[in-house]
Amino acid sequence: MKKIEAIIKPFKLEEVKDALADLGIEGMTVSEVKGFGRQKGHTEIYRGSEYTVDFLPKIKIEVVLSDALLESATAAIVKAAKTGKIGDGKVFVSPVEEAIRIRTDETGEQAV
Amino acid sequence: MLTRTHSLASLAAVALFALSGALPTALYAQDAPAAETTAVEAVEEVEEEEAPAFTTMEEFQALPLEYPKFMVDNLWILIAAALVFIMHLGFSCVETGLCRSKNTVNILFKNVFIVCMGALTYAAWGFNAMYPGDFNGWFAVGSPIANSFAEGDMVGNLTNQYADYTYWADFIFQAMFAATAATIVSGAVAERIKLGPFMIAATILVMFAYPISGSWKWGGGWLDAMGFYDFAGSSLVHAFGGYAALAAVIVLGPRLGKYLSGGKVKPILGHSMPLAAIGVFLLFLGWFGFNGGSVLSADPVLVSLVFTTTALAGFAGGLFAAFTSWIVLKKPDLSMALNGMLAGLVGITAGADSIMPWNAVIVGAIAGILVVLAVLFFDKLKIDDPVGAISVHGICGNWGTIAVGIFGVGEFSLVTQIIGTAAVSVFAFVFSLVTFVIIKAIFGLRVSEEEEIGGLDVGEHGQEAYPDFTPVSEV
Repeated sequence: MKKIEAIIKPFKLEEVKDALADLGIEGMTVSEVKGFGRQKGHTEIYRGSEYTVDFLPKIKIEVVLSDALLESATAAIVKAAKTGKIGDGKVFVSPVEEAIRIRTDETGEQAV
Repeated sequence: MLTRTHSLASLAAVALFALSGALPTALYAQDAPAAETTAVEAVEEVEEEEAPAFTTMEEFQALPLEYPKFMVDNLWILIAAALVFIMHLGFSCVETGLCRSKNTVNILFKNVFIVCMGALTYAAWGFNAMYPGDFNGWFAVGSPIANSFAEGDMVGNLTNQYADYTYWADFIFQAMFAATAATIVSGAVAERIKLGPFMIAATILVMFAYPISGSWKWGGGWLDAMGFYDFAGSSLVHAFGGYAALAAVIVLGPRLGKYLSGGKVKPILGHSMPLAAIGVFLLFLGWFGFNGGSVLSADPVLVSLVFTTTALAGFAGGLFAAFTSWIVLKKPDLSMALNGMLAGLVGITAGADSIMPWNAVIVGAIAGILVVLAVLFFDKLKIDDPVGAISVHGICGNWGTIAVGIFGVGEFSLVTQIIGTAAVSVFAFVFSLVTFVIIKAIFGLRVSEEEEIGGLDVGEHGQEAYPDFTPVSEV
Protein backbone atom coordinates (compact mmCIF):
# COMPACT_ATOMS: atom_id res chain seq x y z
CA MET A 1 0.00 0.00 0.00
CA LYS A 2 1.06 3.52 -0.69
CA LYS A 3 -0.08 6.93 0.45
CA ILE A 4 -0.21 9.83 -1.99
CA GLU A 5 -0.13 13.34 -0.57
CA ALA A 6 -0.84 15.88 -3.25
CA ILE A 7 -0.61 19.63 -2.59
CA ILE A 8 -2.57 21.39 -5.31
CA LYS A 9 -4.15 24.71 -6.21
CA PRO A 10 -7.54 24.95 -4.49
CA PHE A 11 -9.55 25.49 -7.67
CA LYS A 12 -8.17 22.23 -9.13
CA LEU A 13 -9.75 20.07 -6.42
CA GLU A 14 -12.85 19.09 -8.41
CA GLU A 15 -10.86 18.00 -11.45
CA VAL A 16 -8.39 15.96 -9.41
CA LYS A 17 -11.17 14.32 -7.42
CA ASP A 18 -13.03 13.36 -10.62
CA ALA A 19 -9.85 12.02 -12.24
CA LEU A 20 -9.19 9.77 -9.20
CA ALA A 21 -12.81 8.65 -9.05
CA ASP A 22 -12.55 7.62 -12.72
CA LEU A 23 -9.75 5.22 -11.70
CA GLY A 24 -12.06 3.59 -9.16
CA ILE A 25 -10.50 5.19 -6.12
CA GLU A 26 -13.24 5.25 -3.52
CA GLY A 27 -12.02 7.54 -0.82
CA MET A 28 -9.75 10.42 0.00
CA THR A 29 -9.12 13.00 2.68
CA VAL A 30 -8.90 16.66 1.81
CA SER A 31 -7.64 19.54 3.95
CA GLU A 32 -7.23 23.26 3.48
CA VAL A 33 -3.59 24.05 4.11
CA LYS A 34 -1.23 26.97 3.72
CA GLY A 35 2.38 27.01 2.63
CA PHE A 36 4.92 28.11 0.09
CA GLY A 37 7.47 26.63 -2.26
CA ARG A 38 9.47 28.33 -4.96
CA GLN A 39 6.39 30.42 -5.73
CA LYS A 40 6.85 32.32 -2.43
CA GLY A 41 4.13 34.69 -1.18
CA HIS A 42 2.87 38.02 -2.42
CA THR A 43 2.44 41.57 -1.13
CA GLU A 44 -0.86 43.07 -0.03
CA ILE A 45 -1.72 46.56 1.22
CA TYR A 46 -4.11 47.73 3.95
CA ARG A 47 -4.71 51.38 4.81
CA GLY A 48 -1.40 52.46 3.37
CA SER A 49 0.87 49.79 4.84
CA GLU A 50 2.25 46.89 2.82
CA TYR A 51 2.59 43.40 4.22
CA THR A 52 3.69 40.07 2.79
CA VAL A 53 1.50 37.02 2.67
CA ASP A 54 4.09 34.21 2.93
CA PHE A 55 1.74 31.28 3.18
CA LEU A 56 -0.65 30.81 0.31
CA PRO A 57 -3.78 28.70 0.56
CA LYS A 58 -3.53 25.20 -0.98
CA ILE A 59 -5.47 21.96 -0.84
CA LYS A 60 -3.85 18.76 0.40
CA ILE A 61 -5.34 15.52 -0.83
CA GLU A 62 -4.40 12.29 0.93
CA VAL A 63 -5.17 8.98 -0.74
CA VAL A 64 -4.10 5.52 0.41
CA LEU A 65 -4.25 2.89 -2.33
CA SER A 66 -2.91 -0.44 -3.51
CA ASP A 67 0.50 -0.54 -5.19
CA ALA A 68 -1.14 -1.51 -8.47
CA LEU A 69 -3.10 1.74 -8.70
CA LEU A 70 -0.21 4.01 -7.74
CA GLU A 71 1.22 4.88 -11.12
CA SER A 72 -2.09 5.66 -12.81
CA ALA A 73 -3.25 7.66 -9.78
CA THR A 74 -0.18 9.90 -9.61
CA ALA A 75 -0.35 10.42 -13.36
CA ALA A 76 -4.02 11.36 -13.12
CA ILE A 77 -3.35 13.86 -10.31
CA VAL A 78 -0.46 15.51 -12.14
CA LYS A 79 -2.49 15.74 -15.36
CA ALA A 80 -5.58 17.17 -13.67
CA ALA A 81 -3.76 19.64 -11.39
CA LYS A 82 -1.35 21.05 -13.97
CA THR A 83 -1.74 24.63 -15.18
CA GLY A 84 1.89 25.03 -16.22
CA LYS A 85 2.29 28.10 -14.04
CA ILE A 86 4.35 28.40 -10.88
CA GLY A 87 2.52 27.24 -7.75
CA ASP A 88 0.88 24.10 -9.20
CA GLY A 89 2.01 22.09 -6.19
CA LYS A 90 3.71 18.73 -5.50
CA VAL A 91 2.89 15.06 -5.14
CA PHE A 92 4.54 12.92 -2.45
CA VAL A 93 4.35 9.12 -2.25
CA SER A 94 5.17 7.08 0.83
CA PRO A 95 4.72 3.44 1.91
CA VAL A 96 1.90 2.52 4.28
CA GLU A 97 2.38 -0.41 6.66
CA GLU A 98 -1.17 -1.13 7.65
CA ALA A 99 -4.77 -0.01 7.17
CA ILE A 100 -7.81 -0.98 9.22
CA ARG A 101 -11.49 -0.28 8.43
CA ILE A 102 -12.96 0.56 11.81
CA ARG A 103 -16.50 -0.63 11.11
CA THR A 104 -15.58 -4.13 9.95
CA ASP A 105 -12.07 -4.73 11.33
CA GLU A 106 -10.89 -5.49 7.77
CA THR A 107 -7.16 -4.92 7.30
CA GLY A 108 -4.65 -4.35 4.51
CA GLU A 109 -5.73 -3.52 0.94
CA GLN A 110 -9.26 -4.71 1.79
CA ALA A 111 -9.56 -1.73 4.10
CA VAL A 112 -8.53 1.09 1.75
CA MET B 1 -28.85 70.94 15.42
CA LEU B 2 -29.49 74.61 15.99
CA THR B 3 -30.91 76.52 18.81
CA ARG B 4 -34.51 77.26 18.06
CA THR B 5 -34.04 80.73 16.71
CA HIS B 6 -31.32 79.60 14.34
CA SER B 7 -33.53 77.90 11.83
CA LEU B 8 -34.75 81.40 11.17
CA ALA B 9 -31.19 82.62 10.89
CA SER B 10 -30.38 80.03 8.26
CA LEU B 11 -33.57 80.77 6.38
CA ALA B 12 -32.50 84.36 6.41
CA ALA B 13 -29.08 83.28 5.16
CA VAL B 14 -30.59 81.57 2.14
CA ALA B 15 -32.86 84.53 1.51
CA LEU B 16 -29.95 86.90 1.83
CA PHE B 17 -28.12 84.89 -0.73
CA ALA B 18 -31.12 84.98 -3.01
CA LEU B 19 -31.49 88.71 -2.73
CA SER B 20 -27.82 89.56 -2.97
CA GLY B 21 -27.42 88.16 -6.47
CA ALA B 22 -23.75 87.92 -5.72
CA LEU B 23 -23.53 84.54 -7.45
CA PRO B 24 -26.07 84.89 -10.24
CA THR B 25 -25.58 81.51 -11.87
CA ALA B 26 -28.29 79.47 -13.49
CA LEU B 27 -27.59 76.76 -11.00
CA TYR B 28 -28.85 78.70 -8.01
CA ALA B 29 -31.61 80.57 -9.76
CA GLN B 30 -34.22 77.92 -9.03
CA ASP B 31 -33.61 77.90 -5.32
CA ALA B 32 -33.78 81.62 -4.87
CA PRO B 33 -37.46 82.61 -5.14
CA ALA B 34 -38.66 79.75 -2.98
CA ALA B 35 -36.17 80.57 -0.26
CA GLU B 36 -37.26 84.18 -0.37
CA THR B 37 -40.91 83.38 0.28
CA THR B 38 -40.01 80.99 3.06
CA ALA B 39 -38.05 83.64 4.82
CA VAL B 40 -40.98 86.03 4.63
CA GLU B 41 -43.29 83.38 6.06
CA ALA B 42 -40.82 82.72 8.81
CA VAL B 43 -40.87 86.35 9.83
CA GLU B 44 -44.67 86.27 10.00
CA GLU B 45 -44.47 83.23 12.26
CA VAL B 46 -42.34 85.10 14.73
CA GLU B 47 -44.98 87.81 14.90
CA GLU B 48 -47.66 85.22 15.58
CA GLU B 49 -45.64 83.74 18.40
CA GLU B 50 -45.53 87.09 20.12
CA ALA B 51 -49.32 87.20 20.31
CA PRO B 52 -50.46 83.56 20.58
CA ALA B 53 -53.80 82.82 19.00
CA PHE B 54 -54.50 80.10 21.54
CA THR B 55 -54.16 79.49 25.26
CA THR B 56 -55.10 75.80 25.60
CA MET B 57 -54.07 72.59 23.85
CA GLU B 58 -57.61 72.22 22.49
CA GLU B 59 -57.54 75.65 20.90
CA PHE B 60 -54.15 74.88 19.34
CA GLN B 61 -55.36 71.58 17.92
CA ALA B 62 -58.33 73.35 16.36
CA LEU B 63 -56.16 75.76 14.38
CA PRO B 64 -56.71 74.86 10.69
CA LEU B 65 -53.19 75.68 9.39
CA GLU B 66 -50.82 75.84 12.35
CA TYR B 67 -51.71 72.49 13.86
CA PRO B 68 -51.20 70.35 10.70
CA LYS B 69 -47.93 72.19 10.03
CA PHE B 70 -46.82 71.51 13.60
CA MET B 71 -47.67 67.82 13.21
CA VAL B 72 -45.58 67.53 10.04
CA ASP B 73 -42.64 69.42 11.55
CA ASN B 74 -42.75 67.39 14.74
CA LEU B 75 -43.07 64.10 12.87
CA TRP B 76 -40.01 64.91 10.79
CA ILE B 77 -37.93 65.60 13.92
CA LEU B 78 -39.04 62.25 15.35
CA ILE B 79 -38.19 60.40 12.12
CA ALA B 80 -34.83 62.18 12.10
CA ALA B 81 -34.23 61.09 15.70
CA ALA B 82 -34.87 57.48 14.67
CA LEU B 83 -32.47 57.86 11.74
CA VAL B 84 -29.76 59.19 14.07
CA PHE B 85 -30.34 56.19 16.33
CA ILE B 86 -29.56 53.88 13.41
CA MET B 87 -26.18 55.60 13.10
CA HIS B 88 -25.18 53.78 16.28
CA LEU B 89 -25.68 50.50 14.44
CA GLY B 90 -23.58 51.98 11.67
CA PHE B 91 -20.75 52.86 14.06
CA SER B 92 -20.96 49.37 15.58
CA CYS B 93 -20.62 47.71 12.17
CA VAL B 94 -17.74 49.93 11.02
CA GLU B 95 -15.77 49.36 14.21
CA THR B 96 -16.43 45.64 14.26
CA GLY B 97 -15.53 45.21 10.61
CA LEU B 98 -12.28 47.18 10.81
CA CYS B 99 -11.05 45.32 13.91
CA ARG B 100 -10.08 41.70 14.45
CA SER B 101 -12.68 39.01 15.07
CA LYS B 102 -11.27 38.27 18.52
CA ASN B 103 -12.42 41.71 19.76
CA THR B 104 -15.93 41.71 18.27
CA VAL B 105 -17.93 41.07 21.43
CA ASN B 106 -15.96 43.77 23.25
CA ILE B 107 -16.57 46.37 20.54
CA LEU B 108 -20.29 45.63 20.33
CA PHE B 109 -20.59 45.65 24.10
CA LYS B 110 -19.02 49.11 24.24
CA ASN B 111 -21.47 50.34 21.60
CA VAL B 112 -24.44 48.96 23.51
CA PHE B 113 -23.18 50.58 26.70
CA ILE B 114 -22.51 53.96 25.11
CA VAL B 115 -25.89 54.39 23.47
CA CYS B 116 -27.77 53.32 26.59
CA MET B 117 -25.61 55.33 28.97
CA GLY B 118 -25.46 58.32 26.61
CA ALA B 119 -29.22 58.78 26.31
CA LEU B 120 -29.91 58.20 30.01
CA THR B 121 -27.23 60.60 31.27
CA TYR B 122 -28.43 63.11 28.70
CA ALA B 123 -31.88 62.85 30.27
CA ALA B 124 -30.49 63.11 33.79
CA TRP B 125 -28.03 65.95 33.21
CA GLY B 126 -26.87 66.71 29.68
CA PHE B 127 -29.97 68.11 27.96
CA ASN B 128 -30.44 70.90 30.49
CA ALA B 129 -26.67 71.52 30.73
CA MET B 130 -26.50 71.95 26.96
CA TYR B 131 -29.67 74.04 26.60
CA PRO B 132 -29.81 75.91 29.89
CA GLY B 133 -31.61 79.00 28.65
CA ASP B 134 -29.95 82.09 30.11
CA PHE B 135 -26.49 81.24 31.44
CA ASN B 136 -22.95 82.60 31.72
CA GLY B 137 -22.06 81.33 28.23
CA TRP B 138 -19.37 78.89 29.38
CA PHE B 139 -20.83 76.34 31.73
CA ALA B 140 -24.26 75.43 33.04
CA VAL B 141 -25.29 72.93 35.69
CA GLY B 142 -27.42 70.10 34.35
CA SER B 143 -30.63 68.69 35.72
CA PRO B 144 -33.11 65.95 34.80
CA ILE B 145 -35.58 66.56 32.00
CA ALA B 146 -39.21 67.30 32.86
CA ASN B 147 -41.26 64.27 33.81
CA SER B 148 -44.63 65.85 33.07
CA PHE B 149 -46.16 69.25 32.53
CA ALA B 150 -48.79 70.91 34.63
CA GLU B 151 -51.93 72.05 32.82
CA GLY B 152 -50.62 75.59 32.51
CA ASP B 153 -47.20 74.56 31.12
CA MET B 154 -48.45 72.26 28.37
CA VAL B 155 -49.07 75.00 25.83
CA GLY B 156 -45.59 76.40 26.41
CA ASN B 157 -43.83 73.04 25.93
CA LEU B 158 -46.00 70.95 23.65
CA THR B 159 -47.18 73.41 20.99
CA ASN B 160 -45.48 75.70 18.51
CA GLN B 161 -44.97 78.19 21.34
CA TYR B 162 -42.04 75.93 22.30
CA ALA B 163 -40.67 75.40 18.77
CA ASP B 164 -41.76 73.62 15.59
CA TYR B 165 -41.76 70.45 17.69
CA THR B 166 -42.58 69.43 21.22
CA TYR B 167 -40.30 69.35 24.24
CA TRP B 168 -40.17 65.54 24.01
CA ALA B 169 -39.22 65.56 20.34
CA ASP B 170 -36.53 68.13 21.14
CA PHE B 171 -35.08 65.97 23.89
CA ILE B 172 -35.06 62.66 22.03
CA PHE B 173 -33.52 64.15 18.89
CA GLN B 174 -30.70 65.76 20.91
CA ALA B 175 -30.27 62.63 23.04
CA MET B 176 -29.62 60.51 19.95
CA PHE B 177 -26.75 62.88 19.10
CA ALA B 178 -25.21 62.83 22.54
CA ALA B 179 -23.80 59.32 22.55
CA THR B 180 -22.17 59.84 19.15
CA ALA B 181 -19.19 61.68 20.62
CA ALA B 182 -18.22 58.78 22.90
CA THR B 183 -18.83 56.25 20.15
CA ILE B 184 -16.17 58.01 18.09
CA VAL B 185 -13.68 57.53 20.93
CA SER B 186 -14.66 53.88 21.24
CA GLY B 187 -13.51 53.12 17.69
CA ALA B 188 -10.11 54.74 18.11
CA VAL B 189 -9.22 52.93 21.35
CA ALA B 190 -10.57 49.55 20.24
CA GLU B 191 -8.72 46.25 20.69
CA ARG B 192 -6.63 47.21 23.75
CA ILE B 193 -8.54 49.29 26.29
CA LYS B 194 -9.86 47.80 29.52
CA LEU B 195 -13.64 47.73 29.55
CA GLY B 196 -14.35 49.18 33.02
CA PRO B 197 -12.05 52.21 32.78
CA PHE B 198 -13.36 52.92 29.27
CA MET B 199 -16.94 52.89 30.55
CA ILE B 200 -16.05 55.40 33.27
CA ALA B 201 -14.22 57.69 30.84
CA ALA B 202 -16.99 57.51 28.24
CA THR B 203 -19.61 58.37 30.83
CA ILE B 204 -17.65 61.41 32.03
CA LEU B 205 -17.15 62.59 28.44
CA VAL B 206 -20.77 62.19 27.36
CA MET B 207 -22.40 63.36 30.56
CA PHE B 208 -20.24 66.38 31.39
CA ALA B 209 -17.88 67.40 28.60
CA TYR B 210 -20.14 67.10 25.54
CA PRO B 211 -22.88 69.39 26.93
CA ILE B 212 -20.31 72.03 27.95
CA SER B 213 -18.87 72.67 24.50
CA GLY B 214 -22.33 72.05 23.02
CA SER B 215 -23.78 74.84 25.13
CA TRP B 216 -21.15 77.25 23.81
CA LYS B 217 -22.92 77.27 20.48
CA TRP B 218 -26.27 75.46 20.51
CA GLY B 219 -27.11 76.53 24.05
CA GLY B 220 -26.54 80.14 23.12
CA GLY B 221 -23.13 80.47 24.83
CA TRP B 222 -20.03 82.50 24.03
CA LEU B 223 -19.32 80.95 20.61
CA ASP B 224 -22.89 81.63 19.54
CA ALA B 225 -22.56 85.21 20.72
CA MET B 226 -19.50 85.79 18.55
CA GLY B 227 -21.29 84.54 15.44
CA PHE B 228 -19.77 81.07 15.21
CA TYR B 229 -21.81 78.69 13.06
CA ASP B 230 -22.03 74.91 13.25
CA PHE B 231 -25.26 73.69 11.70
CA ALA B 232 -25.38 70.04 12.80
CA GLY B 233 -22.10 69.53 14.59
CA SER B 234 -18.93 69.22 12.48
CA SER B 235 -17.20 70.68 15.53
CA LEU B 236 -19.63 70.22 18.41
CA VAL B 237 -20.16 66.51 17.75
CA HIS B 238 -17.49 65.24 15.36
CA ALA B 239 -14.38 67.26 16.12
CA PHE B 240 -15.27 66.91 19.80
CA GLY B 241 -15.29 63.12 19.43
CA GLY B 242 -12.22 63.11 17.21
CA TYR B 243 -10.02 65.13 19.54
CA ALA B 244 -11.26 63.33 22.63
CA ALA B 245 -10.23 60.15 20.77
CA LEU B 246 -6.81 61.60 19.92
CA ALA B 247 -6.09 62.30 23.59
CA ALA B 248 -7.30 58.83 24.58
CA VAL B 249 -5.07 57.13 22.01
CA ILE B 250 -2.02 59.15 23.10
CA VAL B 251 -2.54 58.07 26.72
CA LEU B 252 -3.34 54.49 25.74
CA GLY B 253 -0.64 53.78 23.15
CA PRO B 254 -0.77 51.69 19.97
CA ARG B 255 -1.89 48.08 19.63
CA LEU B 256 0.83 45.48 20.13
CA GLY B 257 2.76 44.73 16.97
CA LYS B 258 1.44 47.66 14.93
CA TYR B 259 4.64 49.73 14.85
CA LEU B 260 7.84 47.78 14.34
CA SER B 261 11.35 49.04 15.04
CA GLY B 262 12.83 50.94 12.11
CA GLY B 263 9.65 52.90 11.49
CA LYS B 264 7.86 50.08 9.69
CA VAL B 265 4.10 49.88 10.08
CA LYS B 266 2.60 46.41 10.23
CA PRO B 267 -1.04 46.66 9.26
CA ILE B 268 -3.54 44.92 11.50
CA LEU B 269 -6.31 43.85 9.16
CA GLY B 270 -9.97 44.33 9.87
CA HIS B 271 -11.82 41.03 9.87
CA SER B 272 -14.88 41.92 7.81
CA MET B 273 -14.94 44.45 5.03
CA PRO B 274 -18.61 43.65 4.31
CA LEU B 275 -19.50 44.71 7.88
CA ALA B 276 -17.47 47.89 7.52
CA ALA B 277 -19.30 48.70 4.26
CA ILE B 278 -22.72 47.99 5.80
CA GLY B 279 -21.80 50.30 8.66
CA VAL B 280 -20.81 53.17 6.40
CA PHE B 281 -23.98 52.86 4.34
CA LEU B 282 -26.07 52.83 7.53
CA LEU B 283 -24.24 55.92 8.76
CA PHE B 284 -24.95 57.60 5.43
CA LEU B 285 -28.65 56.79 5.83
CA GLY B 286 -28.63 58.09 9.38
CA TRP B 287 -26.92 61.29 8.28
CA PHE B 288 -30.08 62.34 6.43
CA GLY B 289 -31.64 62.52 9.89
CA PHE B 290 -28.55 63.98 11.55
CA ASN B 291 -28.38 66.91 9.12
CA GLY B 292 -31.93 66.90 7.79
CA GLY B 293 -33.40 66.91 11.29
CA SER B 294 -31.09 69.71 12.33
CA VAL B 295 -33.19 72.05 10.21
CA LEU B 296 -35.49 71.69 13.25
CA SER B 297 -38.61 71.83 11.11
CA ALA B 298 -39.87 70.11 7.99
CA ASP B 299 -39.27 73.27 5.97
CA PRO B 300 -39.45 71.97 2.39
CA VAL B 301 -36.75 74.21 0.96
CA LEU B 302 -34.16 73.81 3.68
CA VAL B 303 -34.64 70.10 4.31
CA SER B 304 -34.37 69.42 0.58
CA LEU B 305 -31.25 71.57 0.30
CA VAL B 306 -29.71 69.86 3.33
CA PHE B 307 -30.43 66.37 1.94
CA THR B 308 -28.82 67.37 -1.34
CA THR B 309 -25.70 68.98 0.10
CA THR B 310 -25.26 66.17 2.64
CA ALA B 311 -25.47 63.41 0.07
CA LEU B 312 -23.34 65.16 -2.56
CA ALA B 313 -20.58 65.87 -0.05
CA GLY B 314 -20.61 62.24 1.14
CA PHE B 315 -20.40 60.94 -2.42
CA ALA B 316 -17.63 63.37 -3.34
CA GLY B 317 -15.74 62.33 -0.22
CA GLY B 318 -15.97 58.65 -1.12
CA LEU B 319 -14.86 59.22 -4.68
CA PHE B 320 -11.95 61.50 -3.86
CA ALA B 321 -10.70 59.31 -1.02
CA ALA B 322 -10.81 56.33 -3.36
CA PHE B 323 -8.79 58.08 -6.03
CA THR B 324 -6.41 59.64 -3.51
CA SER B 325 -5.64 56.20 -2.10
CA TRP B 326 -5.26 54.85 -5.64
CA ILE B 327 -2.73 57.56 -6.53
CA VAL B 328 -0.84 57.78 -3.23
CA LEU B 329 -0.90 54.08 -2.28
CA LYS B 330 -0.97 52.66 -5.82
CA LYS B 331 -4.08 50.62 -4.99
CA PRO B 332 -7.74 51.61 -4.53
CA ASP B 333 -8.25 50.93 -0.81
CA LEU B 334 -11.84 50.06 0.14
CA SER B 335 -11.44 51.07 3.77
CA MET B 336 -10.16 54.47 2.65
CA ALA B 337 -13.11 54.93 0.26
CA LEU B 338 -15.46 54.08 3.14
CA ASN B 339 -13.64 56.53 5.43
CA GLY B 340 -13.93 59.06 2.60
CA MET B 341 -17.73 58.85 2.47
CA LEU B 342 -17.85 59.53 6.20
CA ALA B 343 -15.27 62.31 5.83
CA GLY B 344 -17.43 64.07 3.24
CA LEU B 345 -20.47 63.76 5.49
CA VAL B 346 -18.60 65.09 8.53
CA GLY B 347 -17.26 67.92 6.36
CA ILE B 348 -20.65 69.16 5.20
CA THR B 349 -22.30 68.84 8.60
CA ALA B 350 -21.37 72.35 9.74
CA GLY B 351 -22.72 74.02 6.63
CA ALA B 352 -25.29 71.66 5.15
CA ASP B 353 -27.91 74.42 5.17
CA SER B 354 -25.71 77.27 4.04
CA ILE B 355 -23.31 75.78 1.48
CA MET B 356 -24.77 75.39 -1.99
CA PRO B 357 -24.68 71.98 -3.71
CA TRP B 358 -21.65 72.42 -5.98
CA ASN B 359 -19.67 73.95 -3.15
CA ALA B 360 -20.78 71.01 -1.00
CA VAL B 361 -19.14 68.76 -3.60
CA ILE B 362 -15.91 70.73 -3.17
CA VAL B 363 -16.15 70.52 0.63
CA GLY B 364 -16.74 66.75 0.45
CA ALA B 365 -13.96 66.23 -2.10
CA ILE B 366 -11.40 68.06 0.03
CA ALA B 367 -12.54 66.07 3.07
CA GLY B 368 -12.04 62.87 1.06
CA ILE B 369 -8.48 63.84 0.17
CA LEU B 370 -7.74 65.07 3.70
CA VAL B 371 -8.90 61.89 5.37
CA VAL B 372 -6.50 59.65 3.42
CA LEU B 373 -3.55 61.92 4.10
CA ALA B 374 -4.55 62.23 7.76
CA VAL B 375 -4.73 58.45 8.23
CA LEU B 376 -1.21 58.10 6.78
CA PHE B 377 0.02 61.07 8.86
CA PHE B 378 -1.26 59.67 12.16
CA ASP B 379 0.31 56.30 11.34
CA LYS B 380 3.64 58.11 10.87
CA LEU B 381 3.23 59.62 14.34
CA LYS B 382 2.49 56.11 15.72
CA ILE B 383 -0.98 57.19 16.76
CA ASP B 384 -2.84 53.95 16.28
CA ASP B 385 -6.47 54.49 15.30
CA PRO B 386 -7.90 51.21 13.97
CA VAL B 387 -10.94 52.79 12.31
CA GLY B 388 -9.59 56.20 11.28
CA ALA B 389 -11.91 58.01 13.70
CA ILE B 390 -9.48 60.83 14.49
CA SER B 391 -8.97 61.57 10.80
CA VAL B 392 -12.64 61.26 9.82
CA HIS B 393 -14.23 63.09 12.73
CA GLY B 394 -11.43 65.27 14.09
CA ILE B 395 -9.64 66.55 11.01
CA CYS B 396 -12.65 66.63 8.70
CA GLY B 397 -14.78 68.13 11.49
CA ASN B 398 -12.29 71.01 11.64
CA TRP B 399 -12.30 71.32 7.87
CA GLY B 400 -16.09 71.33 7.62
CA THR B 401 -16.40 74.07 10.21
CA ILE B 402 -13.78 76.20 8.48
CA ALA B 403 -15.48 75.52 5.13
CA VAL B 404 -18.54 77.42 6.35
CA GLY B 405 -16.34 80.51 6.55
CA ILE B 406 -15.21 79.95 2.96
CA PHE B 407 -18.33 78.71 1.15
CA GLY B 408 -21.20 79.57 3.49
CA VAL B 409 -23.88 81.84 2.05
CA GLY B 410 -24.59 84.39 4.74
CA GLU B 411 -22.76 86.30 7.44
CA PHE B 412 -19.99 83.90 8.33
CA SER B 413 -16.50 84.85 9.41
CA LEU B 414 -13.59 82.59 8.57
CA VAL B 415 -11.70 83.74 11.66
CA THR B 416 -14.66 83.06 13.94
CA GLN B 417 -15.10 79.61 12.41
CA ILE B 418 -11.42 78.83 13.05
CA ILE B 419 -11.62 80.11 16.63
CA GLY B 420 -14.77 78.07 17.24
CA THR B 421 -13.54 74.76 15.89
CA ALA B 422 -10.17 75.24 17.63
CA ALA B 423 -11.88 76.02 20.93
CA VAL B 424 -14.06 72.92 20.79
CA SER B 425 -11.16 70.71 19.66
CA VAL B 426 -8.78 71.97 22.34
CA PHE B 427 -11.45 71.66 25.03
CA ALA B 428 -12.27 68.08 23.98
CA PHE B 429 -8.58 67.15 23.78
CA VAL B 430 -7.64 68.60 27.17
CA PHE B 431 -10.74 67.33 28.98
CA SER B 432 -10.24 63.86 27.53
CA LEU B 433 -6.49 63.89 28.24
CA VAL B 434 -7.03 64.77 31.90
CA THR B 435 -9.83 62.22 32.22
CA PHE B 436 -7.83 59.37 30.71
CA VAL B 437 -4.63 60.24 32.60
CA ILE B 438 -6.48 60.21 35.93
CA ILE B 439 -8.31 56.97 35.10
CA LYS B 440 -5.05 55.40 33.96
CA ALA B 441 -3.42 56.36 37.28
CA ILE B 442 -6.28 54.93 39.35
CA PHE B 443 -7.42 51.84 37.43
CA GLY B 444 -4.94 51.30 34.61
CA LEU B 445 -6.14 51.61 31.04
CA ARG B 446 -4.70 48.73 29.01
CA VAL B 447 -5.46 45.06 29.11
CA SER B 448 -2.46 42.75 29.70
CA GLU B 449 -0.29 41.75 26.74
CA GLU B 450 -1.54 38.22 27.12
CA GLU B 451 -5.16 39.34 26.94
CA GLU B 452 -4.51 41.64 23.96
CA ILE B 453 -3.01 38.73 22.04
CA GLY B 454 -5.79 36.35 23.04
CA GLY B 455 -8.47 38.93 22.31
CA LEU B 456 -10.71 41.03 24.52
CA ASP B 457 -13.77 38.90 23.80
CA VAL B 458 -12.53 36.06 25.95
CA GLY B 459 -10.38 38.27 28.19
CA GLU B 460 -13.02 40.84 29.17
CA HIS B 461 -16.27 38.99 28.52
CA GLY B 462 -15.49 35.27 28.50
CA GLN B 463 -17.38 35.06 25.21
CA GLU B 464 -16.68 34.54 21.54
CA ALA B 465 -18.37 36.33 18.68
CA TYR B 466 -18.11 33.46 16.21
CA PRO B 467 -17.86 30.20 18.17
CA ASP B 468 -19.14 28.04 15.33
CA PHE B 469 -16.58 29.35 12.87
CA THR B 470 -13.61 27.86 14.71
CA PRO B 471 -11.60 25.91 12.16
CA VAL B 472 -11.57 22.14 12.76
CA SER B 473 -7.78 22.13 12.98
CA GLU B 474 -7.89 24.42 16.04
CA VAL B 475 -10.37 22.35 18.07
